Amino acid sequence: MSEIIKINKDRIEEYLSKGKRFDGRKLDDLRDIVVETGISKNAEGSARVKIGKTEVLVGIKMDIATPYPDSPDKGNLMVTAELIPLSSSRFENGPPRINAIELGRVIDRGIRESKFIETEKLCIEEGEKVWNVFIDIYSINDDGNLLDAAGIGAIIALKNAKIPKYDKEKEKVLYGNLSDEKIPLSNEIPIPLTIYKIGGQLIVDPNKDEEDICETRITTSGFNGTIFSMQKGEGGSLKLEQMGEVLDLAKKVREKIFLKIKDYL
Amino acid sequence: MEKEFSRPDGRSPTDMRKIKAKVGIIPNADGSALFSFGDTIAIAAVYGPRKMHPQHQQNPEKGTLRCDYKMISFSVEDRIRPGPNRRSSEISKVTDWALEPVLLLDRYPNSVIDVYINIIQANASTRCAGINAAALALAHAGIPMKNLVSSVSIGKLDKNLVVDVSKEEEDWEEGEGASDIPMSFTSNGELTHIQLDGRIDNEKLQEGIKMAKEACEKIYEVQKKALKDFAKKE
Repeated sequence: MSEIIKINKDRIEEYLSKGKRFDGRKLDDLRDIVVETGISKNAEGSARVKIGKTEVLVGIKMDIATPYPDSPDKGNLMVTAELIPLSSSRFENGPPRINAIELGRVIDRGIRESKFIETEKLCIEEGEKVWNVFIDIYSINDDGNLLDAAGIGAIIALKNAKIPKYDKEKEKVLYGNLSDEKIPLSNEIPIPLTIYKIGGQLIVDPNKDEEDICETRITTSGFNGTIFSMQKGEGGSLKLEQMGEVLDLAKKVREKIFLKIKDYL
Repeated sequence: MEKEFSRPDGRSPTDMRKIKAKVGIIPNADGSALFSFGDTIAIAAVYGPRKMHPQHQQNPEKGTLRCDYKMISFSVEDRIRPGPNRRSSEISKVTDWALEPVLLLDRYPNSVIDVYINIIQANASTRCAGINAAALALAHAGIPMKNLVSSVSIGKLDKNLVVDVSKEEEDWEEGEGASDIPMSFTSNGELTHIQLDGRIDNEKLQEGIKMAKEACEKIYEVQKKALKDFAKKE
């Protein structure tokens, strides 16, 4: 931990113990969320999500593939996250590192476990041809909480995606020629939310300074009280009663996120 | 009888698509900018000058400009597999060469100026949009520059020269087909980058270079305005 981060840590923790944050928010306040959809004409669906100064782009691409042997009548889902060096001095080129891999997998599990995508409706010919759905996430500016920004971007991009037309005879996807058909989605939306523990206090939506000193974090995806996926990240530990607080807080704040983005869902 | 030539989107031969330039779009970066030609959108971020790593790449004589051009996976119709490829490596290098002449790199020994360019939506002429965004981002980062750099593509569709090639034009098949000639100029009119794919004679090429220079003068005005608008806002 660098000297500056250490000094910050003491001040931030002192503030949090009084229920305050540097930017004037309460511990359970989110920053403003700004959403824009259809940001790429060549993607089947896309979204830009800004949470405060954090920004991500999420795009949906589809193609035809052979199904996996254990799910011959279901489409496939693939989530990839790239933390590109354009978005922070801390990110470098090269094969994805653990933070990018984890980000992609956490978002993947929320969407997969919620059965948000009705993959059985993405089958063209059982055992032969199904749709692949790629969800690609790019960080554009990392000022903390990429996890939630990415998760929100993923569900909104899926929601506005349209399946491209498919020429069955030529076995060719006609890109740029979107059908009116949307990706079949269920009503159970995996709304993401990460709770961070700093100086023993629980907060949501940290900026980078706060995220840097977090002891542990718990990401959940859920809807209306149902949780679909969970991941604890970083070291640190939580007492059982604090875990209870985490879940209560997650439920409450997830509702706030839903209200902020429901026009796009 | 020859059919009269017209561009697929109805532009006149010297018309560019709608240009947009904006500076200061990525708060984390030391400098950043967006530049678009119609549906082609490039963003660029500058980090540095900072110490060059790995150390063996440090140059005690002068600093290094390290441009990195990439297309994001959903910027085109057929998804691009994330990660470097031969095309993006070459364009990154060409972008270095287009911008280096205006920089005073000998002021930054052992350092690197990283310029990350990402194409977020592609409809041809992406390297030109990337160079325009990169030049703006370098200026925004306050890196001393002798001049700005502006870039545009010239196409030859059959026998007709056009400015700012679109995807549809790139795929032109009639007559002699399409030639694609991306070029970059400093704001005092020196050519820092030219590439060519296709077939063209000297005379026509000269004509094309002149068209590119004139278009780059217009682009320069838009870039200058973006920087001034940003300065006003601050």
